[in-house]
This record gives sequence, C-alpha cells and structure tokens, in this order.
Amino acid sequence: MCTICGCGEGAVRIEGKAHGHHHHHGHDHDHHHDHDHGPHHDDHVHDCGSGPGGTRAPGMSQARMVKLEKDIHSKNNEYADANRKMFAERGVLALNLVSSPGSGKTTLLCRTIEALKGKLPIAVIEGDQQTSNDADRIRATGAPAIQVNTGKGCHLDAHMVGHAADHLDLAEGGLLLVENVGNLVCPAGFDLGEAHKVVVLSVTEGEDKPLKYHDMFAAADLMILNKTDLLPHLDFDVEACIANARKVNPRIKVLRVSARTGEGMSDWTAWIGAVRAMALVGHRRAAELGAA
Amino acid sequence: MHEMAICESVRGIIEEEAARQDFRKVGRVCMEIGRLSAVEVEALKFGFDVVMRGSLAQDARLEIVETEGRAWCMPCGQSVPIAARFDPCPDCGSHQLQVTGGQEMKIRELEVS
Repeated sequence: MCTICGCGEGAVRIEGKAHGHHHHHGHDHDHHHDHDHGPHHDDHVHDCGSGPGGTRAPGMSQARMVKLEKDIHSKNNEYADANRKMFAERGVLALNLVSSPGSGKTTLLCRTIEALKGKLPIAVIEGDQQTSNDADRIRATGAPAIQVNTGKGCHLDAHMVGHAADHLDLAEGGLLLVENVGNLVCPAGFDLGEAHKVVVLSVTEGEDKPLKYHDMFAAADLMILNKTDLLPHLDFDVEACIANARKVNPRIKVLRVSARTGEGMSDWTAWIGAVRAMALVGHRRAAELGAA
Repeated sequence: MHEMAICESVRGIIEEEAARQDFRKVGRVCMEIGRLSAVEVEALKFGFDVVMRGSLAQDARLEIVETEGRAWCMPCGQSVPIAARFDPCPDCGSHQLQVTGGQEMKIRELEVS
C-alpha cells in the first residue's frame, strides 16, 4: 500500500482505476469464521524472553537507539518537490484550491476556464472521495480534467497529484488547477508541489471560519470570498471575516468574487496572470509562453 | 486532522529505516509534535496502536515530546510564546506575528533491536 496516502489500501482511484500498489481484497469473509480459538498466537511471537523457562539468549534483544530526526511528512514532501520541479521545467503554474464542501470551487473553476480559454492551456485535477461528477463538469467546458477519488482519504497528497499530472500531459506554460477534497482541515498539511494554495470561502459560511480552521488560512496565499452576490440576503460581515483571516495570516490577499454573476472574476484572472508571470521567470521560453 | 495518515507515514518511515539500518523490532518511538502542528496528540496515540498492528513496531511504546508555539513579533522585534496561531502578541497585542516554532512533526529516534 502507498505509505503516504493513509487512505486505506487500494482505495485511491484515478479516473476509476486504482493507482499502483493496490491489492485485490476479495470481500468473501464467510469462510474465515470457522477457526478454533486455541492458544496459538502465531503472529505474535516475541523474540525476547521466549526461550525455555523464560530465559533470554545473550545478545538476542540488545536494544539500541537510532536517531532519525525525520519529518513525518518527508515522503510527501519528496513527491511534492518532484512535482514542483516538473512544473517549473514545463513553466506550469499549479494552484491548489482548498475549501469546505459547497463553497463553489467547481463553479469557480468552470468560470475561470471560460474566462481564460484560448489565452493559455488549462488542465484540472479534481479530488473527491467518490464520483467523477466534478471532472465531468470541468470536461464539459472543454478543458482536460482528471478525477482522483481518494476513497476514505480526506485530502490529496503529492503522490496522487504526480500520478494524475502524468495522465494529463501538461502543456508548457499552462495552468494546472487542483481542486482538493472539500475539507478545511487536512489538505492544509499536504504540500502538492503547487505554487500557491488558494482558499475559497463562501459568504454563506461563518465569518469566523479563518479562526476555526486557522491552519488552512495560514497555509494559503489568497482567500477568495465567493458567492458575494448573496451578501444582501445575509448577515455576513465581510470586514470581520477579512480581519479574522489576517489575524491568522497577515500576508494573505483577499478577493471578493461571485462565480455566478462574474463579479470580481477579472481580479481573480489578473491575480492568476501575475503569479503565472512569476512561475515563468527563468523559464527558457518565458517570453514566448508569457505572450500566450 | 489526519492522524491516521500521519501514523501510516510513520510506519512507512520505520519500515524503510529497518531495511536500511538492519533492525527487526521497534521498542520505542520518540516523536516531536509541535503545539501548532494541527496534530491531536490523543488521536495520534490511538491511531498509532491501530496502524502499527502487524508491523515491527506493533509493541512499540510511543513517546511524544510536545514543543511550544513561538512566533516573532514584528512590532516588538522579539520572540514570544503563543498557544494558537491566531493569538496576539502577549506583550503588544499585535497580530503581526511570524510563527517560528511549534509546527514540528518529526520522528526523533527509535529504540530498536
């Protein structure tokens, strides 16, 4: 099993296909319940104190200390670094969109693709626990999309994104939008190799969400306040929400957007243009691709 | 947050190190978890026992050293302790803080045989 997914064995699926290391667990458990509960613990033999009369063979269990000082996310970070290198070589701007479920990420992506279509190549990786509904919605806009189903997993990790990116055959100088699993907690801790995390918060949620889920807002470079067309019907305090986000992350930038009406969409595409220019700095075909 | 996933990563690292450093059993795992790392220590302990089952660390004792949150306060120009990421500076009340410590999530050492 993939040691970094933590999503249950064989549960991660890319476009309906299990990715790597999967095992076919048949779920025919019915014949497993006829064993006798004898005193054998075949898998639990301890190698110390198990000799005759409980004696211990000299040198058998000499404990030693192994210093590791190893980051628990080191494996994920290695994959993230590999992704980042691949994106840099291709001059691809990768954005990791995170939010709670229902914030309007997929609609925002569809509108973004419509706004940027013909100006630069766009591809999408969709992360959800189940269904390919979101990838289907993206494909309807004409952009290539790949669905990653994390099964029991609550977040995308760099390993899954690397596999998915391989399937997409990213165009040089393009934009890769990664829509993470709807979850304001876990995706904060997993670097996917993206240039920026963008947190989408809809105004139908509480203005204290940046405080409640501070890790995500601390990890993001941009907060999109979405569904602003609904503000006249709500008590949502925009200024308080922004102040809360800045308490957690003084450097976070904020855009007010309604993906539905198009309000603020030009600010969002301008931000993409600016960070894309940064992503192309130093690329051998920067001038040519930047003019796309 | 994703304590089970973290335990899976720990198991993966232990299994890799076992092959590299030639040990077959882990008696103790010492981890360093920062108070701002979004890891719930109790959930981690629970996940550890579940995930290590059947591995060479299945009988291992888990020791967790928690490190405190620290930040650099820009207006004060000094390092201050914080309990949460959105805490203000305890001296001046500013939120212009850059977190400098307490985000660690490390395996420090293993007792192996």
